[in-house]
Amino acid sequence: MVTSLSTLRSRTALLVGSMAAGTSRLLRRGAGDVIGSKVALALDPEVLRHVGTNRRVIVVSGTNGKSTTTALVQAALGNRVDKQTGANMPTGWVTTLIRTHGAVALEVDEPYLAEAIDKLSPEVVCLLNLSRDQLDRTSEVRQIAEKWRLVIAGTTAQIVANANDPLIVYAVGPALNVTWVDAPLVWVKDASSCPLCTRPLSVEGDWHCACGFRRPRPSWHLNTRTIEGPGVSIPFSVALPGEYNRGNAAMAIVSAHLAGVQAGIAASRVGEVTEVLGRFGTVRWRGRQWKLFLAKNPAGLSALAQLADDFSDDIVISINDNIADGRDPSWLYDAPFDEIARGHRVFCTGSRALDIATRLHYAGIESTVMNKIEDLPAMVSASGPVTVISNYTAFSDWQRRGTPC
Amino acid sequence: MLSIATLYPEALGTYGDGGNALALAHRAHVRGYRVESLAVPLGSPLPDADVYLLGGGEDGPQRQAADALRSDGTLATRVGNGAIVLAVCAGLQILGRTFEVAGGRIAAGVGLIDAETRRGAERRVGNAVIKVDGRYVVGFENHGGDTHLGGDAPLGAVVRGYGNNGAVDGVNAPGVLGTYLHGPVLALNPWLCDLVLERATGEALEPYVSVADDLYQARLAALL
Repeated sequence: MVTSLSTLRSRTALLVGSMAAGTSRLLRRGAGDVIGSKVALALDPEVLRHVGTNRRVIVVSGTNGKSTTTALVQAALGNRVDKQTGANMPTGWVTTLIRTHGAVALEVDEPYLAEAIDKLSPEVVCLLNLSRDQLDRTSEVRQIAEKWRLVIAGTTAQIVANANDPLIVYAVGPALNVTWVDAPLVWVKDASSCPLCTRPLSVEGDWHCACGFRRPRPSWHLNTRTIEGPGVSIPFSVALPGEYNRGNAAMAIVSAHLAGVQAGIAASRVGEVTEVLGRFGTVRWRGRQWKLFLAKNPAGLSALAQLADDFSDDIVISINDNIADGRDPSWLYDAPFDEIARGHRVFCTGSRALDIATRLHYAGIESTVMNKIEDLPAMVSASGPVTVISNYTAFSDWQRRGTPC
Repeated sequence: MLSIATLYPEALGTYGDGGNALALAHRAHVRGYRVESLAVPLGSPLPDADVYLLGGGEDGPQRQAADALRSDGTLATRVGNGAIVLAVCAGLQILGRTFEVAGGRIAAGVGLIDAETRRGAERRVGNAVIKVDGRYVVGFENHGGDTHLGGDAPLGAVVRGYGNNGAVDGVNAPGVLGTYLHGPVLALNPWLCDLVLERATGEALEPYVSVADDLYQARLAALL
């Protein structure tokens, strides 16, 4: 009767957790769900296995685009996307699983992939890309790829993976059941040497190495107006901006399709999503409109550079160095600020505003450092929404400040 | 003409190392120097340059870079002829005689400085401050190495952080400056950037004030 006892334990944990959540809500200490999930996990670390049982679970991981892609898979599954929490660790998964019914997509922070696969038994694992990100907090990118490789070798889940990223291909290597997608990749600088043998990778056309490690043949491709898979060609348009979001959309459509959604339906649902967790959205603050973009690492800023033609003349760059952002903003020097800021009037804000200003200065671009954010509205043009590029907690600061338009 | 060569950026460029070449080029340019900035990929022979930059990198690429520098074999002669090397983090390690990589393997370094690096007890991650002749170098370190210097002097004393061993950081040898403060250390420390330039040109530089000085002062105030 071990099974039923452990089920009982999980049920008790969830019950106590939901009481804690209710109490927390009564005390007005926030939404409550996170506290409830923390309590449930503390009482029973196996609670995830039970809330995830008999559910179709799709997990999404990778350095960049995981929140967006998770939201797009949710859309493809027919779930509401406006309740996305962006939570990508066990507590957040419990919260999402308690709140929802039926098939569900969950975002997974890269170091938690093993736990997600073990505890959630996902039907589909969607792996986007791997690049440098917050090296003070997470392992170096190749160590992540190595860990993933061990985890993935032991899973029977269907893997959806980007064939263009050598580190992803390395990590997925031993998997049994892989669907490769030809999704655009904007950043390959972390994979210039072969993950298998460390020789330089040849990146002309199909990337490959002298040792035989090479780009797998994708079975899904993007065209201008269609996405094509084995025997199907489906109309494809994406409301979210940028080539990288077309890639995220493709990964989401294929993942939802493998989880049982007709590809055409998945594509049309994905195409309608215009905003994810406020990203790409516009807020109003002190008489101005601000269009908010999130970019927290070099790959993210490279992706944003694709949208530079649409930026306002004045742009604001907000960089914080809280723990969630990474304490070390050295990565600013790896990001293409020339492409993003040249020709614009730039205002720097956030706890590391001087670091941005210095980065821009050494690229030959002078900017204005804002000591008081309250002075900013009077200094920027009122003619239209002002482009704001921020990293993680700076983005939250902007969302708190503004009212959605 | 001042020539700055960034060595093997595809292997040694983990975290903002490109900032050092940018800062050197900018600060030389505003002092009236014509500047040439070169990126040297793995496998290419070293070009003639006044400054050679080595950045940080992960184990595999670090070994590749060490092998490439040893098989090129010209760096010591170039330093003997007056060139300056700035080596950061993994770059510092490979200039020594040996360094240890994952799995406990000991790899051969370039032997330009009298140093041996072994894996330390733990990874050292965080803000760091080094005192060099009464001045400070501010930055961030993220490494798992313990570096033992033989006859060569360190760059300075550790005020905050870990550096080579908790007491001193980096190296200050003829023609070579090295530090564990990774990434854009010259962009963050204008005076250190100018020190590299003065050694490379053999000339004193006029003062130059920019937003980088504001950043330096702010970091110093935050970290000391």
